[in-house]
Amino acid sequence: MNHEDIKSQGTKVYSRPRLLDDRTMHYCPGCSHGVVHKLVCEVLDEMGLENDAIGVAPVGCAVFAYNYIDIDWIEAAHGRAPAVATAAKRLNPGCAVFTYQGDGDLAAIGTAETIHAANRGENIVIIFINNGIYGMTGGQMAPTTLEGMKTATTPYGRRADLNGYPLNITPLLAQLPGTCFVSRQSVHTAAAARKCKAAIRKAFEGSMAAKGTAVIEVVGTCSSGWKMTPAKANDWMAQHMFEAYPPGDLKDTL
Amino acid sequence: MNEEVRLMKGNEAIAHAAIRYGADGYFGYPITPQSEILETLEALMPWETTGMVVLQAESEVASINMVYGGAATGKAVMTSSSSPGVSLMQEGISYIAAAELPALIVNVMRGGPGLGTIHPSQSDYFQATKGGGHGDYHLIVLAPSTVQEMADFVALGFDLAFKYRTPAMILADGVVGQMMEKVVLPPQRQRRTPEQIAEQCPWAATGKGSRGNRNVVTSLELDSALMEKNNERFQRTYAEIERNEVRYETYYTEDADYLIVAFGSVARICLKSIEMARAEGIRIGLIRPITLWPFPYEAIAGLGAKVKGIQVVELNAGQMIEDVRLAVERDKPVRHFGRMGGIVPNPGEILEAFKRDFINK
Amino acid sequence: MTHEIIIAGFGGQGVLSMGKILAYAALMDNLEVTWMPSYGPEQRGGTANVTVILSDSRISSPVLDTYDIAVILNQQSLDKFESHVKPGGLLIYDPSGIHHKPTRTDITILEIDAMTATIEMGNPKGYNMILLGALIESRKMVGLDAVLRGLKKALPERHHHLIPANEAALRRGQELARK
Repeated sequence: MNHEDIKSQGTKVYSRPRLLDDRTMHYCPGCSHGVVHKLVCEVLDEMGLENDAIGVAPVGCAVFAYNYIDIDWIEAAHGRAPAVATAAKRLNPGCAVFTYQGDGDLAAIGTAETIHAANRGENIVIIFINNGIYGMTGGQMAPTTLEGMKTATTPYGRRADLNGYPLNITPLLAQLPGTCFVSRQSVHTAAAARKCKAAIRKAFEGSMAAKGTAVIEVVGTCSSGWKMTPAKANDWMAQHMFEAYPPGDLKDTL
Repeated sequence: MNEEVRLMKGNEAIAHAAIRYGADGYFGYPITPQSEILETLEALMPWETTGMVVLQAESEVASINMVYGGAATGKAVMTSSSSPGVSLMQEGISYIAAAELPALIVNVMRGGPGLGTIHPSQSDYFQATKGGGHGDYHLIVLAPSTVQEMADFVALGFDLAFKYRTPAMILADGVVGQMMEKVVLPPQRQRRTPEQIAEQCPWAATGKGSRGNRNVVTSLELDSALMEKNNERFQRTYAEIERNEVRYETYYTEDADYLIVAFGSVARICLKSIEMARAEGIRIGLIRPITLWPFPYEAIAGLGAKVKGIQVVELNAGQMIEDVRLAVERDKPVRHFGRMGGIVPNPGEILEAFKRDFINK
Repeated sequence: MTHEIIIAGFGGQGVLSMGKILAYAALMDNLEVTWMPSYGPEQRGGTANVTVILSDSRISSPVLDTYDIAVILNQQSLDKFESHVKPGGLLIYDPSGIHHKPTRTDITILEIDAMTATIEMGNPKGYNMILLGALIESRKMVGLDAVLRGLKKALPERHHHLIPANEAALRRGQELARK
């Protein structure tokens, strides 16, 4: 029985989303980006936004998102995606404009742009991958790195007295009158991924209805940066990251 | 709106000209001495008439990245600032150049370094003409000397930026920003339609639409061989600009024994000095580079060959003088006179400096 | 025909707006004009000045060191600009607040007691218009009609009801200059 026979005889229950390119990703095994990419593709396709979508991918592992998701993209400087998206959306109000940012990008170098875009209520979606580490540059401390967590720049573990506290930025964004929907999700189980997809869809619905900024934080893993197997990273995340960053909706005006 | 004669400040003229050009967006952050640009745009409310977007950003860093985002979608977008703010924008300007996006940046220079002064200066010549941010790139740099040119260079800057897909800068100073003159504002042009943008900017990230294939606006290319190719393409564009777009103006050069080179408002002050000198029988000519990049090397070399000496007058410690020296290749004495920190010399002072360097040696 | 004019006094005396209305009047008469505020180190010490150049041909430098006409409203400005009036030029000054009067003999000196006239007229905002009236009367660079049209252009519509009071002040200044 070959591949084609299996396909022809079976019932198709799962496939690669239409907008996700058939190519090898540069992400590490176990990385959450691949799953979130898939969810974004499915939502854009299901909502019929393929031809109106503009993604903004700033510096970070996902800067190459434009190589995987078949929509128009603008690559942005580190931290500046919300500013780039602000103009792209204001000048093209019919488009579905979203940013796809990591924790260093959104909560360190780009804090000002993120807070101000959300505070102006720009009708964009911000997808925020929080894995508590700088993946692309080789595992340095992120603003969201947990206390005690070892990284390349906190080799003995993050200490609040030396490195400051983990920055829990999403509740802060939820307080701003410009945000319409703020939700924290994860993708480490099939059930979690399904919930995450529903949240991403709701975010795009809110922004397309011009209700304001929608923020989806996805608590994710970085098995390479964390120096764990993918399975172990998932367990560790549920045990430790959720304590600081519990999943759930933080604000829902929709 | 039809053509109209008005009296206004250079900064105000930029705002009016941007609307009348049919610009799609302006993103800026207040800083003296150019805040009237944003203030005038907010007062004129172009979003009610032409649909132009005007936004006060949270910083110059955000402003320039908004320009990047707007330009990436094929729109005619601009920002303005003054020296310290333009320093903050340099990263974004480098990205705009590297992503081959058209955009217009206005720098109404003030005296630096550091926070410096709010008074006029030309000390960002190096920054504007030699790159400014990281990497090998150039901006098209236009230096207005009148309020009329402040208005005219908005359209010229946008047109050149779109023609060559590269950012253009209006490098003005506090004098031309703050003074009022008569200006003829052009008639209102229509903003481009999405169809026109799709046709003229097939690279723009506007959503795939009916295009089918995706557009990606990026400055990132980790494959060095491909990145070198990108750089070679940029350099070909710059060479073409250098061939086609050099602009300058000359006065009294036919019989000149000496030459003054000055740009922006200073060139006008020098013109008065030259008229004073001619009344005394000293024959000086003036060349005013209008494009600081591409620089009029050939014109200066040609005129330089016919004179005994060249005075470069700037509101800085000596920046454009390096390009003038390159133009004449040490064949002629080239001297500098400059004031710094926001001081603007008067015509008599310039003439005195000239005599010190060339007549009463 | 070119008139190179400096108007100098304290901030708040209406120096910049006087220059602006003169500039608008020149615009009405189709002249070339530049209006350059004391945007430079000379603004230290709380004084304000503006250089206005009117010409029937292209204007070169907006920054000058000698002037055809100086309109002087305080002692500091007199001390600073008296020596910068070209020989044969005109210096108009308001004597209130002036302790050392101008001494040049190679220029025309016109004392206009605008402060007293302002008080008599009961219109404190007309002060600078009295001086502007005196200026256009003593050197005919623009007519009263052009100034009035310039005022209309310079003032926002909601202030147009002030134009008659300004016209009265301008006329008073013209009278004072004729005396």
